[in-house]
Amino acid sequence: MALSQEEVLAIARLARLQVPAERLPALARQLSGILEFVAQMNAVDTGNVEPLAHPLEVSARMREDEVTEPDRRAEFQAIAPAVEAGLYLVPKVIE
Amino acid sequence: MAELHHLSLAELARGLAGGDFSSVELTRACLQRIEAHDRKLNSFITVTAEQALKQAAEADARRRGGDAAPLTGVPYAHKDIFCTRGVRTTCGSRMLENFISPYDATVSERFNAAGLVMLGKTNMDEFAMGSSNETSYFGPVRNPWNTDCVPGGSSGGTAAAVAARLAPFGTGTDTGGSIRQPAALCGITGIKPTYGCVSRWGMIAFASSLDQGGPMTRTVEDAALVLNVICGFDPRDSTSLERPPEDYARDLNASLKGLRIGLPKEYFGAGLDPAVADAVHAAMREFEKLGAVVREISLPNGHLSIPAYYVVAPAECSSNLSRFDGVRYGHRCDKPKDLMDLYCRSRGEGFGPEVQRRILIGTYALSAGYYDAYYLKAQKIRRLIRDDFARAFKEVDLIAGPTSPTTAFKIGEKTSDPVTMYLSDIYTIAVNLAGLPGMSIPAGFVNDLPVGLHIIGNYFGEARMLNAAHQYQQATDWHERRPAAFA
Repeated sequence: MALSQEEVLAIARLARLQVPAERLPALARQLSGILEFVAQMNAVDTGNVEPLAHPLEVSARMREDEVTEPDRRAEFQAIAPAVEAGLYLVPKVIE
Repeated sequence: MAELHHLSLAELARGLAGGDFSSVELTRACLQRIEAHDRKLNSFITVTAEQALKQAAEADARRRGGDAAPLTGVPYAHKDIFCTRGVRTTCGSRMLENFISPYDATVSERFNAAGLVMLGKTNMDEFAMGSSNETSYFGPVRNPWNTDCVPGGSSGGTAAAVAARLAPFGTGTDTGGSIRQPAALCGITGIKPTYGCVSRWGMIAFASSLDQGGPMTRTVEDAALVLNVICGFDPRDSTSLERPPEDYARDLNASLKGLRIGLPKEYFGAGLDPAVADAVHAAMREFEKLGAVVREISLPNGHLSIPAYYVVAPAECSSNLSRFDGVRYGHRCDKPKDLMDLYCRSRGEGFGPEVQRRILIGTYALSAGYYDAYYLKAQKIRRLIRDDFARAFKEVDLIAGPTSPTTAFKIGEKTSDPVTMYLSDIYTIAVNLAGLPGMSIPAGFVNDLPVGLHIIGNYFGEARMLNAAHQYQQATDWHERRPAAFA
């Protein structure tokens, strides 16, 4: 499975990653190499095999729906790149 | 006093309890070793000297008050993937270069509650993605046995610091071998417990269904003592296992008579350095002398573990790392022109090349139309790999083999081709896919570089693995060898 540079760009956009144009050829080559390696899986017939999501097949625990954490908004926002009046700031989304 | 850095954890605990030295004296000795030697290794990203001395003084006071736990006052090096409240936690990435964690990981909390002393945060591959510590934003770590070589990864900073006697022990995390492979390459002991034994809360996530924290120590007994502190149920980790606490040191001195050890024949094929194979076979003869019975076994699907891993791990990584958006914390680009630009540039600048490759592979594997062909297929192979182990453990108690196919390689040797680097985890990855416990212990040298012996146990078989490994360390002295430049 070889990925073209255009496909890599499309995946990068899905992943919200800016990839400089000069890195695209090498990246397409490396990612294709990884996918080619991963394709060894296709040689195995897994038609009757159930996927394994958790090694011990334990399902997620439920808990009571109650407040367990204190409000620490001020501390958490203190490490944000840009906040104002308790809100996170981002570039304008709606004109 | 000059020799404090040569003492094992067990010896340090006895010395502190007996009043031979204080935690402040011990901590100061470690900080001096870091100051004197770490410029040659780059094993620490952050040294927390002031906080360490304060914690040490508190530990001494606690001991005087008669309230000490077994390891109260013992210093350690903490992999910079564990969140530490008020202390920079970088995960080896530019993305978190200035991230001061507002909370403690459960593992950090447990160390604090037991009165241990954190010396600092150790260097690592960026977001734990790497096998050589060369992907760190903070520069590569060097191997104390040969500073032209890598220490392994991703927990390479802790491995180098412990091997060079800068810290009595340290923490690591292991998603595909990141505790065991650097332990092997640096000649120390490292154990990845059964998935779910050590809380992942506050341990920055890479691949959640594989990640597991564990100790990196000089001796097996030390590893057991640290497991006693860090293992246990945590309601804040949704995959933490509800089990009664156990004493991991309880069986250390049991006899190995009749212990059945399996050697997978597939582990001794192409790609394995013959000198490493010789060291493993020599270790098996030692186990036979101790009363164990060694036999060949087969793990026929083992060769599929790296392909399956390089779908599962990147897929989970792409999902986990989507939280780094340049909005709430972490790196943010300058003057974003719109929201899309903010996301793409912050992430493009904040993540290094290997992390980006894995995010891209994972995004592709999870994208519409490809899920069945990649992620689902890999999860099915994961079951085949787990079933291989289940069959093997009907016949043997432990599985042994090489931890890594070669000893430490040169810095720069494997950076040009990602797949070549991935193959250095060929023996360790299957253990994570199956969720089993695995450990590496020193078992010889090839050209003055350490060889690691890999021991795999059945689920919750840690005490039995530690028993076998401890008995081996009673009969051998590989774990006592020290790198000459860091005597």
